[in-house]
Amino acid sequence: MNALRLIWAGFRMNLKMLGTSSFFMLTAVVQPVIFATVAYYMFRSGGRAGTLLYASLGAGMMGVWSTTLFASGGMIQWQRWQGTLELGVASPPTMGLLYLPFSLANAFTGMYALAATLVWGRLVFGVPLRLAHPFQFALALPATVIALGLMGLVLASTFVLYRNANALANLLEYPVWIASGLVFSTSLLPAWTRPISWILPPYWGILALRRAALGGDVWGPLTMVLVAGAAYGVVSFFTFRVFEHRARARATLSLT
Amino acid sequence: MTTFLRVFFVGGVIAFRGLFNWIRPAIYIPTMLGSPLFQLIFFTKLGQYAQAESTDFYVVGNSVQVCAMAAVYGMTMAISNERQMQTLGPLLASPANRAAVFLGRGVPVLANGLLVSAFTFAAGAVLLGFHPGLDAVPPLIVIVLVTVASCTCFGMLLGSVGLRAKDVFFASNLAYFLMLLLCGVNIPLDVLPGWMSAIGRCLPLTHGIAAAREVAAGASFADVGGLVATEAGIAAAYGAAGFLLFRFFERESRRSAVLDVY
Repeated sequence: MNALRLIWAGFRMNLKMLGTSSFFMLTAVVQPVIFATVAYYMFRSGGRAGTLLYASLGAGMMGVWSTTLFASGGMIQWQRWQGTLELGVASPPTMGLLYLPFSLANAFTGMYALAATLVWGRLVFGVPLRLAHPFQFALALPATVIALGLMGLVLASTFVLYRNANALANLLEYPVWIASGLVFSTSLLPAWTRPISWILPPYWGILALRRAALGGDVWGPLTMVLVAGAAYGVVSFFTFRVFEHRARARATLSLT
Repeated sequence: MTTFLRVFFVGGVIAFRGLFNWIRPAIYIPTMLGSPLFQLIFFTKLGQYAQAESTDFYVVGNSVQVCAMAAVYGMTMAISNERQMQTLGPLLASPANRAAVFLGRGVPVLANGLLVSAFTFAAGAVLLGFHPGLDAVPPLIVIVLVTVASCTCFGMLLGSVGLRAKDVFFASNLAYFLMLLLCGVNIPLDVLPGWMSAIGRCLPLTHGIAAAREVAAGASFADVGGLVATEAGIAAAYGAAGFLLFRFFERESRRSAVLDVY
């Protein structure tokens, strides 16, 4: 019960904090809309037909990932700057549990991106919003967002030790878009990149969302989203414990 | 004149080292080299999937555009971070020539932009089979140089706004993303609606990218002289506007005693 209260309180607080940040509004709303527009025009000028909803979903998921990445990367660093990281570490709950609601709120804020690109596509480009499997879409969306939040938690845990989090976040934005095949098929990539795609929740998430929207089997990728999310959740609790201990042992926790 | 040149070159380099003291290989390589590399791959693969343009179209467009990351963000920070670091007051209290102070900051930023573009072109050659021919390399260097200068001048304008605005990085991020859409980086201008391409033609990059594409396709430098001259004109216009705005905000900040205040 205490854990649930902690998750709810942390989730609400971080959601409010992100809502007041112009940077996150840019990342979660403006940037995805611009990328969606670029993708729409690229598809329109190209020879591939019937791909605008595909682009909308992909650009929205790009925004979900960007928000999760920058917010998860930043949350440890900001707490360091604000001097609250030590207080969090010293509090009774485990660090993983403490930052879980923060990471979930980051991914939830990213959902604005999906909403923004779908609405933008409908209003400006007339992209039809008829979903082939609306119920499965409604299941796949929160499952994907939670899985991304858990993936963000693993990233955040590494930033307890790695102090150049922003640089790593800058680097990881495009590679995950590419390896997850958010707006193009991963079959265009070399075969050796497939295993990388398979371990990324956004890869399974966009597959589930795309099939729920355009038709196809949703349950397979949806199961994989849940499996990948659970795996990242377990890994994050382990990495948080190890990295926290190392940072405390080396006395580097609050060093910026 | 000697003092002007000293403030321009030495002052510019010292200011860069001071304001960007956080740059280390662990930050520079992922941000300034890694991110452009993956941007190039992303848009090239997206273009291939959409069956839109040739690979060379995306290699040239993105390799020129990534200089904006160094130039626009770098120049914005080179000016507006003086305020954030509380060094704006001492800087403006000095009798140094303002044009030398202002323009000198652009030199390291410009060099950095050139390096980022050159790296991305090289990555395009190695990974994506972009081979423009040796004859095209010297004119490409000149075109990229003019384009980086143009983006740097645009960054000067945004940086000057940062002398008063609370959050100039929202504007510079927005400008950077809009450049991807409006400047013909990944979408031919004739595919965009008229009003979008009209805005794109007033921004840095657009004419530089068009010139670079023609040169890469075999045109001579003389053939693209008009495009390069237009890009240089845009650079001059943004540079002049940035300098005027810098002087205006300097005077206004002194008058209303809000220098260094957020």
